[in-house]
Amino acid sequence: MWQALYEELKAHGFMVIAVALDSREGDPLPWIEAASPSYPCLIDRDHRLAELYHMVNVPQAVWIDERGTIVRPTEPAGAYEGFRRMDRVTREVPADVARVTADAKAIYLNAIRDWVRLGQASEYAFDGERARARAPRPTEDVARAHVLFKLGQHLIRHGQAEEGDRWLAEASRLHPESWAIWRQRAGVTELGLAAQPDFWERVDALGERRYYAPVEMKGMP
Amino acid sequence: MAILLTATTETVIPDARVEGERLWLSPEELETSTGWSSRPEGLCRGSVCVPIPPGREREFVRGGQIDAAAVWRHLGQPLAHSANGGVWVLGAAAADRAAALRSLEAPDFTLPDRTGRLHSLSEHRGKKVLLVSWASW
Repeated sequence: MWQALYEELKAHGFMVIAVALDSREGDPLPWIEAASPSYPCLIDRDHRLAELYHMVNVPQAVWIDERGTIVRPTEPAGAYEGFRRMDRVTREVPADVARVTADAKAIYLNAIRDWVRLGQASEYAFDGERARARAPRPTEDVARAHVLFKLGQHLIRHGQAEEGDRWLAEASRLHPESWAIWRQRAGVTELGLAAQPDFWERVDALGERRYYAPVEMKGMP
Repeated sequence: MAILLTATTETVIPDARVEGERLWLSPEELETSTGWSSRPEGLCRGSVCVPIPPGREREFVRGGQIDAAAVWRHLGQPLAHSANGGVWVLGAAAADRAAALRSLEAPDFTLPDRTGRLHSLSEHRGKKVLLVSWASW
């Protein structure tokens, strides 16, 4: 998704860093091979990035300016939850929903273009006060969840899968907002996460709540 | 013996002594793995010192060793260990994470790409960076 944008903007001081929140050995590799991006694609088995930036899902992004300052804190990156209205048998998405999904992506990509061109003058780059007001505030439960996730991952990698999985379950219980933690325990087939009954069960349990948090950009669904 | 995981280090500590919820390390091991040390003014890292309440010294320091778990709890930071006490994880406090994010200074990290080459966010200072999560799911 980011390769074309990176190619378009890299001459203007723009960089993409993609970090895979995958933790099973070998998981993200075929996907990186297939995409063959020319920006760094990093592998984060212990979800260090999720911990540092309070990321709870994919794709989420942070905008960081030339001085290393966050100008848009963690938020969904051009994603819209249109998949929730997918026909679960045919896996088809109604045309109007597909259009909204495409619009969300286009709005987000255009916002990045605007920021790369205008810098802090872009309406999409928050000033310090607005960025601070939107900074995530991890709770003590979330901090503990990351500790348990790391413990679980270590044990799973070292032949203690049963105990490791128990810690992952506890981490997910403490940080229910995180799909990234939950996902590491969920069964996945070659059809992807959205083919799994337990995924749909968890999505349905959201009710009126959003799967992707709303993004503050004009026209964004 | 214990394996100690901190934010950025993984250390095998042959001389560690585990007693239930206590993790006794030599002062050198504690400082190498966490940066914290025991000084007359209390527990210190760099220029920051946290005093040990009078009369409670033996909860932290005994027989030339320091209980890293007690230190961590005293600092209000989360920790966990495996059922057999062989693996310990020392984490960062929620308040510290939140303060770091509120400062708007993007936290640096170093992670490998698929070839094992390490990359840090700070290498890209001077560019606008879109830092994005993804996954094979």
